[in-house]
Amino acid sequence: MLKKGNRVTKTNWLVTILLIVLAIFFIAGPIYMTIVIALKDPSDMVNVLSLPKKIRWQNFVDAWNMTEYPRKFFNTLFITVINFIFTIITNSAAAYAITRNRKKNKFFKLMYYYFISAMFIPFNVLMLPLVKQANLFHIDNVIGITFLYIVFGLPMNTFLYTGFIKSVPEALDEAALIDGANPWQIFTKVIFPIMKPMHATVAILSIMWTWNDFLMPLVLLSDKKYQTLQLSQYVFQGQFNTQYNLAFASYLLVLLPVLLVYVFCQKWIIAGVTNGAVKA
Amino acid sequence: MKTKKRTSIILYMMVVPMAVLFFIFHTYPFLQGVFYSFTDWKGYGNWNFVGLRNYLHIFKDSNVVTSYLFTFKFALLATILVNVLSLALACALNARIKFKNFLKAVYFVPYMLGVLIIGYVFKFIFSNIVPMVGNALGIEALSVNILGTSSAWIGVLIVTVWQSLAFNTLIYLSGLQTVDKDLYEAADLDGAVGLKRFFKITFPLIAPFFTINMVLSVKGFLMAFDQFMAMTGGGPGTATTTISLLIYKKGFQGAQFAYQSANAVMLFIIVVAISVFQLRVLEKREEKVN
Repeated sequence: MLKKGNRVTKTNWLVTILLIVLAIFFIAGPIYMTIVIALKDPSDMVNVLSLPKKIRWQNFVDAWNMTEYPRKFFNTLFITVINFIFTIITNSAAAYAITRNRKKNKFFKLMYYYFISAMFIPFNVLMLPLVKQANLFHIDNVIGITFLYIVFGLPMNTFLYTGFIKSVPEALDEAALIDGANPWQIFTKVIFPIMKPMHATVAILSIMWTWNDFLMPLVLLSDKKYQTLQLSQYVFQGQFNTQYNLAFASYLLVLLPVLLVYVFCQKWIIAGVTNGAVKA
Repeated sequence: MKTKKRTSIILYMMVVPMAVLFFIFHTYPFLQGVFYSFTDWKGYGNWNFVGLRNYLHIFKDSNVVTSYLFTFKFALLATILVNVLSLALACALNARIKFKNFLKAVYFVPYMLGVLIIGYVFKFIFSNIVPMVGNALGIEALSVNILGTSSAWIGVLIVTVWQSLAFNTLIYLSGLQTVDKDLYEAADLDGAVGLKRFFKITFPLIAPFFTINMVLSVKGFLMAFDQFMAMTGGGPGTATTTISLLIYKKGFQGAQFAYQSANAVMLFIIVVAISVFQLRVLEKREEKVN
């Protein structure tokens, strides 16, 4: 027994060191390189990976002005935040109504299979007609694409939410019903607050999706003033050309908000994504 | 009775508006794509029905066939590499290591970063850093920019694996944490250690997580787009043009709206077929193991 007790507490240093070395080389390395190049003067690029001789903040000022960063940041933030709020409300409501009624009502059962089977349709398959339709409906702008994200997230989020609601005892609904609450009140007052862990998961997945998405903005947001941060990196590739310091400063301006949020909410984010993956 | 009827209307209201919007903006474009795949529409002007001509033409079009073969090769290799490496990484992170939570957080960072920008950063690494190291060490294979050669796809594959490892590792890690520690101790007593323990005990227990990862990986990699746009733009020539890239380029810029719609429908059928096949096979294997 004593021997076994020892084994439990013994740290595997070989694996620990191996993981640290690999992390430095593969994860910290590219991030270090991005930061260093973004801070360097173009004349300081002979030894690319060395620390900057003199820090050149002008790279960030140039990138900020050239890509119209504030506007692109606001567009991306608007899409991300509005999508996240409306997704949480509308998608969870739909999933709630479906989960509670799909056993006893054919319509809700049909809706369940409709949304779930739509998960198999990749965006690339409908993007050609969608772009035509978006021009027709005048939704090829920031508000329009936000609306599309809310609608397109439905299959995945229905799937995630129904998995969670199934585990919430129906006795809670019935108790609230006896107290005279209607289904909307039951949902908002009783069920919605209970779903917090799944809201966190859906929130993180939605935020990551909209912040980092490239294809949908690429095909829908052709007007320069509506472009997102990711898209503007693509649009300005030609102008960055070989001005690597400028380009990397621009990349870093897009990566930094995400990295900062990650540093502070890292535990919450990992738990949220794990929760979603295990339910899926 | 009256109240019961009224309440159910509220429940309908929670679903119907979303379902209608979903139909208009998701299902309808999809059906339109299917419809136009039987026509010769260029994306503008008049059109005629052409039956199955677009579909028959796909099989004879060397551009499309090459891009399908390339995408399959890429998706297959990426799926294998990502799953083998993320399983290994998950096992390592699940071992009795120091700084466990910190290391877990570090290895998850790539998931947070946009594929496009990662593609640009690695493009620089392949065009400037790797050749520099290659020259310094005198290794000829590394002294050129791989993205400009016929091996460009290997560069993109590396980036894809780098980015996808994070999410897959997390899934495997949560699988490994469900494995009862007592089982390992029992296995230790029976002399099952190392790889033998992994294949006899650990792997069968986390098989459901393996299924999720395989299905998600294949589907995701068959759609690969961002990293190719960033790193090769489909080149050199058309060597790294994936199906998604082909649909995007020819569909929007090449006046091949109907033809690329047929291509998209083919892609859809293939994705569904592969996903269903995988689920069947992998679930059957899971049953057998359990």
